[in-house]
Amino acid sequence: MNANAIRGSKRRMSWKAWCKQAKEQKSLLVLSVLFFAYGFIFCYLPLVGWLIGFQDYRPRDGILGSKFVGLQVFQTLFEDPEFWLTVRNTLAMSLLNLVFSTIFAILFAVLLNEVRCMIGKKFVQTVSYLPHFLSWIVACNILFDTLGSTGIVNELLMKMHVITAPLNFFSYPQGFWWIVAIAVVWKETGWNAIIYLAAITSIDPNLYEAAAIDGGGRWVKMRYITLPGIANTIIILLILNVGNVLNSGFEVQYLMGNDVIRDFSQTIDIYVLKWGISQSNYAIGTAAGIFRSAVSIVLILITNAIAKRTSDTRLF
Amino acid sequence: MAEKTLVTAPESTKHRTVKKSPADRAFVICNTIFLILFTVVTLYPVINQLAISFNDAADALRGGIYVLPRQLSLQNYVTVLSRQNLLTGLWISVARTVLGTVLGLFITALLAFMCSRPKYLLKKQMNLFWIITMYVNGGMIPVFLLYKDLGFTNSFWVYIVPGLTGAFNMMVLRSYMENLPVSMEESAQLDGAGYMTIFLKIILPLCTPVLATVALFIAVGQWNSWFDAMLYNRMSEQYTTLQYELMKLLAAATTSGAGTQYSHSNTGSMVTPASIRAAGSIVTMLPIVCLYPFLQRYFITGMTLGAVKE
Repeated sequence: MNANAIRGSKRRMSWKAWCKQAKEQKSLLVLSVLFFAYGFIFCYLPLVGWLIGFQDYRPRDGILGSKFVGLQVFQTLFEDPEFWLTVRNTLAMSLLNLVFSTIFAILFAVLLNEVRCMIGKKFVQTVSYLPHFLSWIVACNILFDTLGSTGIVNELLMKMHVITAPLNFFSYPQGFWWIVAIAVVWKETGWNAIIYLAAITSIDPNLYEAAAIDGGGRWVKMRYITLPGIANTIIILLILNVGNVLNSGFEVQYLMGNDVIRDFSQTIDIYVLKWGISQSNYAIGTAAGIFRSAVSIVLILITNAIAKRTSDTRLF
Repeated sequence: MAEKTLVTAPESTKHRTVKKSPADRAFVICNTIFLILFTVVTLYPVINQLAISFNDAADALRGGIYVLPRQLSLQNYVTVLSRQNLLTGLWISVARTVLGTVLGLFITALLAFMCSRPKYLLKKQMNLFWIITMYVNGGMIPVFLLYKDLGFTNSFWVYIVPGLTGAFNMMVLRSYMENLPVSMEESAQLDGAGYMTIFLKIILPLCTPVLATVALFIAVGQWNSWFDAMLYNRMSEQYTTLQYELMKLLAAATTSGAGTQYSHSNTGSMVTPASIRAAGSIVTMLPIVCLYPFLQRYFITGMTLGAVKE
């Protein structure tokens, strides 16, 4: 009873004490108003724009003046086969990217950790970060030339007599998903490995010593100490990334896609851009955006809950 | 594999420091080969661009340029640096990166400072307010329409104002500030220092490492971004960025096939779209490539700090 009362009084500050604190924090509170206003305008006001997805939106009349049409826009959207193609492509490419970039990042981190020569290790690691800092524009320029008719890939294949004439890699619809996956692996492996390398350094060194005394070689240490040691990190990152499968996939697809492979290269974002901005059909673009956000939020909440249950780590 | 290593174990324990077991030696060799291969695959495409950019454009069309240029020529760079749109783009990119990083860093640090004060009255509300923005956003079209209404189309400020602060960088800074020792701050408070003095004189200097990290994140984001230029400033060439100008070159190449058309540069010698793209790419990546090796310590800390919170 008594303890409860004390706890209660602690939780609810008296009005007087509150005023005193507020006076002390005058500068912070004034700034708070600015930050709330800024966040409201740039992060929350766009949410009001979701109403456009439920309207027969006319730019001239604005959100307030346009007529509400219920779920009609969504009906049009869901009946559009092209939209479902973009959903499929987004999911497929996100999952391919997730699987391959995770595998390569882990492989790279584990193998790099085994290197004893510090200069070599530092050099490889420094090089591995390089592509992450390039913009996708530059990366796609590089990709375009590497896979081009005089690029190294065609030359190697021709020298090995696999092909007789240079291939145009960007003309195979199904191949596009793999090109994107390779590009993402090339660009992000070193960067993604940072987190796994940090997890490896936090493994208890005594375990390795014990394994060495028992005569365990490198394979044994890697298989039975390093990998289990970072298993938790791997699982958490995988789960959390699954929540983002609909949120990625724009730049490479937009920059490298072409009309021949459109059915396999277009993602939801490109659909939104095409209908919303280029065709000025704001309602359908907004509806597609709402669909993606809604699915993403549900996925993130689920994956966050699973991650929380798996370990103590969670999103916030 | 494990079986095999166990069989050779007694031997390897005897001379553990002197001699490696055959399995270990095989592993080291395989590992070295793998990492060398990895490095080559990562570096080669970039070096190849460098070689093409320094090679005579017409000669480069024949292919067969790998690591070194065959016919050395600076013509591609002369052309790139004399094209008005690319030069303007370069200046706008530099301006947005410098201004955006300085302002963004200061304002995000201020927000993180507020959110990390234990006694701050609106701590909970402010934190929640920003965390929500990580999960829900309006999406491309509502944001586009809003910025249009706010007058951000055909304006330089679309690069700066909307990105002044963000939840992720705020949380990286906040988690660092929360772990700072409070004793200095308390004694300053006893001496009558206000919150702003504490922020400017005590917290900011203590945060230098994490500030460097976040500055790098913001700067790289600013330098590399192109989509905002395309969406809002497509119509006004005086505000487009270098990345966007390079993107236009790339788009022309992907729709018309590899660079086969010749064009004459101002000085009369040949340049091709492909060689212009290569030189443009090199110019675009140069500042970051020169900087990032020296900032490794900082971004590794930042990534781990962000992940701990994640």
